[in-house]
Amino acid sequence: MAKTPLQFSHNGRDVAIFVDGGTNLLVALRELIGDMTPKFGCGQGGCGTCSVLIDGELHLSCLTLAETVAGRSVETLDGIKDGPNLHPLQRAFADNFAAQCGYCTPGMLMAAKALLDRNPQPSRAEVVEAISGNICRCTGYEPIINAVLAAASGGRARA
Amino acid sequence: MPITVKTFTSTQDAAAALSSDRSARYLGGGTLVMRALNEGDISISTVVRASDQAMTRIDASGSRITLGAGVTFARILAERDLGFLHAPARSIGGPAVRNMGTVGGNLFAPVPYGDFTVAMLALDAVVSVQGGLGGREIPIDEFLQSRDRQTGALVLAISFAKPGSPEAFRYRKIARIKPKGGAVITLAVHLPVNGSRIVGARVALGSMAPTPIRARAAERALEGRALDASTIGAAAAAAVDGTSPGDNALASAWYRREIVGVHLRRLLSGQE
Repeated sequence: MAKTPLQFSHNGRDVAIFVDGGTNLLVALRELIGDMTPKFGCGQGGCGTCSVLIDGELHLSCLTLAETVAGRSVETLDGIKDGPNLHPLQRAFADNFAAQCGYCTPGMLMAAKALLDRNPQPSRAEVVEAISGNICRCTGYEPIINAVLAAASGGRARA
Repeated sequence: MPITVKTFTSTQDAAAALSSDRSARYLGGGTLVMRALNEGDISISTVVRASDQAMTRIDASGSRITLGAGVTFARILAERDLGFLHAPARSIGGPAVRNMGTVGGNLFAPVPYGDFTVAMLALDAVVSVQGGLGGREIPIDEFLQSRDRQTGALVLAISFAKPGSPEAFRYRKIARIKPKGGAVITLAVHLPVNGSRIVGARVALGSMAPTPIRARAAERALEGRALDASTIGAAAAAAVDGTSPGDNALASAWYRREIVGVHLRRLLSGQE
């Protein structure tokens, strides 16, 4: 079956690939573009580790038909650092022990970024809501919530 | 197995493609169809999409509200005129699912999902469907009863009358995981009041049958009465009548039958 050409912006860089019909965005990113930062977890929309931003909005890449991002902007964890400098959220995750096994971390970071891009000073409840679609089986969530709040307050501790 | 993806600008063409191919499914937000494809569902070989702007339109200016089938839950949460629907919209998924999942797709969501449809059922919504031969308006309870046969039709929009007062519409989802999680049960009631009497009571339940259903015995207990303790008690006692819940990982059928009256009583009496 003929493949379909697909062009979109991947972390600010234009990419052009050929996808099989029905390919999801996660497979396109990992296998065709080589961006391994979004992870495959459940494939059902239950875990959130494949989360990416499409035109700035949080989406689950495993449930996104790749063809639907034609001409749009896709942002993954791979694109949030600035050269050798970690993104403030990444720094806060490291400082607050918010990653243990690390499998949920790419999705957590993108969900947190989606929140802070829109709401730079969220409340604790808003952070909980923002990461409610992302499952972590290691940390018990508290270090992750604290890390997002720490990043939001520019690294200063928050009550 | 590669899937054929067909994208149409016109809903008529999309509907024709859907109705002429039993293995075709309409792709809305992807939270149901892409999930099926990821699981290797071989009954789907064609995915149909429509790029018609009307599919994502919200008309909430008048007394009758129309939501395009492609309207996402995030859009509903951003719409001030739809405040009474914020509770059902917010009870669905995490932010990513709400950015993707659509009103039209929710009509097809199996237990323990489909919470928004429970709200639509309580509001006596009408589903606008484009078939291969033409358009139809189907009352939502009729649509849900024949849901398995509706996959060949394209849902264009869903419309309903705005509740007369904010208190007339109430919604409650019971989930084990908060703030996100599949439903143990979902309840939505619409109680229009004329004078002090309830006229046109609607009680809709999710996860109490394979599709959202109306609790007609509870509606009869409410109809024509004032919402006092004895009426609430009678409606709560009747809530389980006609239901056929199933067992799943979230709750057993027995548990669902036990709690449905309790939660209807709390919802009707305004308790948390």
